Amino acid sequence: MNHWIDILDVADIPKLGARVVRHGSTDIAVFRNAEDEIFALEDRCPHKGGPLSQGIVHGRKVTCPLHGWNIELVSGCAVAPDEGCAREFPIKVEGSRVWLDLEALAREAA
Amino acid sequence: MDMSTPATRASKMKLVMVGNGMAGVRTLEELLKHAPDLYDITVFGAEPHPNYNRILLSPVLAGEQTVDDIILNPIDWYAEHNIVLHMGKKVVKIDRTARKVIADDGTEADYDRLLLATGSNPFVLPIPGKDLPGVISFRDIADVDAMVRASSQYKHAVVIGGGLLGLEAANGLMKRGMEVSVVHIGEWLMERQLDEPAARLLQKSLEAKGMKFLLKKQTAELLAGSDGRVASIRFKDGSDAPADLVVMAVGIRPNSELAESCGIHCNRGIVVSDTLQTVTDPRIYSIGECASHRGIAYGLVAPLFEQAKVCANHLAHHGIGRYEGSVTSTKLKVTGIDLFSAGDYMGGEGTETILYSDPLGGVYKKLVIKDNKLVGGVMYGDTADGAWYFSLLRDGKDITELRDHLMFGQDHCGNLGHSGINKAAAMTDDMEVCGCNGVCKGDIVKAIREKGLFTLEDVRKHTKASSSCGSCTGLVEQILAFTAGGDYSAAPTKKSMCGCTDHTHEEVRAAIRERKYLSIPDVMQAMEWDTPNGCASCRPALNYYLISTWPGEAEDDPQSRFINERAHANIQKDGTYSVIPRMWGGQTTPSELKRIAIVAEKYNIPTVKVTGGQRIDLLGVKKEDLPNVWADLDMPSGHAYGKALRTVKTCVGSEWCRFGTQDSTQMGIDLEKVFFKMWAPHKVKLAVSGCPRNCAEVAIKDVGVIGVDSGWEIYVGGNGGIKTEVAQFLIKVKTTEEVLEYSGAFLQLYREEARYLDRTVHYLERVGLDYVKKKILDDADNRRALYDRLIFALSVEKDPWVERAHEGKLKHEFETVVA
Repeated sequence: MNHWIDILDVADIPKLGARVVRHGSTDIAVFRNAEDEIFALEDRCPHKGGPLSQGIVHGRKVTCPLHGWNIELVSGCAVAPDEGCAREFPIKVEGSRVWLDLEALAREAA
Repeated sequence: MDMSTPATRASKMKLVMVGNGMAGVRTLEELLKHAPDLYDITVFGAEPHPNYNRILLSPVLAGEQTVDDIILNPIDWYAEHNIVLHMGKKVVKIDRTARKVIADDGTEADYDRLLLATGSNPFVLPIPGKDLPGVISFRDIADVDAMVRASSQYKHAVVIGGGLLGLEAANGLMKRGMEVSVVHIGEWLMERQLDEPAARLLQKSLEAKGMKFLLKKQTAELLAGSDGRVASIRFKDGSDAPADLVVMAVGIRPNSELAESCGIHCNRGIVVSDTLQTVTDPRIYSIGECASHRGIAYGLVAPLFEQAKVCANHLAHHGIGRYEGSVTSTKLKVTGIDLFSAGDYMGGEGTETILYSDPLGGVYKKLVIKDNKLVGGVMYGDTADGAWYFSLLRDGKDITELRDHLMFGQDHCGNLGHSGINKAAAMTDDMEVCGCNGVCKGDIVKAIREKGLFTLEDVRKHTKASSSCGSCTGLVEQILAFTAGGDYSAAPTKKSMCGCTDHTHEEVRAAIRERKYLSIPDVMQAMEWDTPNGCASCRPALNYYLISTWPGEAEDDPQSRFINERAHANIQKDGTYSVIPRMWGGQTTPSELKRIAIVAEKYNIPTVKVTGGQRIDLLGVKKEDLPNVWADLDMPSGHAYGKALRTVKTCVGSEWCRFGTQDSTQMGIDLEKVFFKMWAPHKVKLAVSGCPRNCAEVAIKDVGVIGVDSGWEIYVGGNGGIKTEVAQFLIKVKTTEEVLEYSGAFLQLYREEARYLDRTVHYLERVGLDYVKKKILDDADNRRALYDRLIFALSVEKDPWVERAHEGKLKHEFETVVA
């Protein structure tokens, strides 16, 4: 059974930026870095819930706009010595389209 | 200990480090940050311990800490980083042809790069009896063990050497219950750090603790007792003193024996260049107490950590960064004694001295000044401002304007804002240090002790103290100095922009101007950034430097702006935004107020508030509503979200006020219309008052204008935020055109020369008002050129709200994808 949904085009996300994808009540930040790698995290910083999608993207990290925590885009975890992780969602890129795993989303919601 | 297999080791370069001390291991830590996989690393250490904090041997001797407390890198750390560690093995030979080192037990290791961090050896007086049992130095854990053992069996201890190390040893032994005499050849104690009056005060308080001093005494020989152990000391004048334990603390010598034996040029240390490479063999690096850089072998940890940073950078093949020497400061680690010394503390020809002496109260301070700069100082009894003086000294700041108050410390120099309590030592553990992040003194002390922190940057990372507004930085530095020991690592002489580069703000700006870089990737590539696309600190700074240097040519990169400047609204703690429309000079109309009311209701905006700058704030706007809110408001952007011209606050002025002498409201409107859309290193606030009653509070604005009967007075560099600072008088002028030109020229100077995130107050503090006067008042051509450059830069800017509300610019920023 296919759980993957087509959410947007790589070109819809600014390089070194992010877009917010809303699924039900969950906001997912979909990031694109300079190498066109795509990452998806829940749009909540593990520190105080800041919207990571609004942060500055650099390398494979994003800096939360509220208090400057650095979050690893691959794992969603804060860079040491800060501690905590944002939920990370499975994502895949086919051609120029970005797909998100719905089942993972449902599991997370459950 | 070798756990790696030949297969994984084959492809990488091999780095061998001889010496397992603080400077060397710090280099490895820095290297692992830059290039974790570049080398297979092997470390040889002569001592049977992993890297420990040698500075804290004194507290261990005094029984205030244990050996375990002072371990910096436990054995696990080496294993985690795949570093092969040979403890207790002394390297005895370097074969530079075969590129390998050989240890005393026959262990060999090949190298592509070799790092010599062999430290120093204590100097042993060449006198009869120097080898007797009971005669030791004070250098490592073994010495401390020997002293602790002796203190439980014997009574009389003699410490030869009244320098920093000798006094710390004497203090420790005294605390262990011994009777201690300090023998010193000089006329006063610590003559390399103190002048005579300070040293006398120190001597007096140590004597009060029970320490004895034998000054101007030269040791002739050490005599054995019947058991063969040292029993007494004899001086050249023929007198004796009993001595069951003799600690020689007469200085250290760089340990360059190994380097010399393989033909590396040494001259009171292993001679290295600014890249920390030996001048003889570029494959071999040397840092720490064994290295001689420009004729100096440093013995304090701060300069060694600066060296480590540069050395690691070169080992990581980044090839940038130069170590250009350090200014050092000293603090004695004897509980209950406050002493601080830095730079040229003696003074002499060409210098001036400011003195404060209160012998009864036990306070002595001396500041040495040369060419209007602080070049040295000694403090005894009250060292609260030591860190501040040291930063003035290190940065070479012009102190002309501080001079009258300099002696009384930072609190008396205009910082009326969040100064708090300025005596770290007097604080209890539960007292708050950092008001922004709620960090108490106890948290900081604990982090420093448990995590082995040395630098302000480390403390910021681990505790968040002083990482927000920065006003408690001095206090945190003091706590660091008290906890980590005196010579904690102060910020390097040269302040790089951020961790991504070793270049300073000034170097980067100069390059952008001179080589005409027009984009962030251009700058990063040409200036060899360490990271692929910078970080959240350097990217916004670079973006500002580019657009302010090349207006209309450099591309503004929205992805390198903080969210507020990308969304053109202020992000709030819940992720919504606040919108503040511009009202020229704080004046509005019924029709604007109606539109604001309609917008607030239409978009369910929960809070409407009047700001400190006389504008109306709509709080709690959803991001996707922003473009429509702006369109419906149909008012210009207030830039309340930006490092930009914020507001021009005005009083009513002569139009209505019975005291008003000038039309301050109109002047405010004129200023705000001309400087509208001005980006700057930080936010910029203006105010205009119509008479000296000053209802618009111009004294705390970046540019403040006061109307008087005969014209306008212009004040600059005021600040009402973290650092309260009263603006300084620049000039009095007659016409509106002049007010605009002088204010604009000052703002453009600030835009061109201040570091990103410096307010005008910080900029003025750095360059001094005289400099600004020279550029703006004395040089009319330059003033007009500055003003013209500002006007040109503003002419290419558009109102960002209009672009987004009506022209669809960066639409994606405000749209959410629904899946």
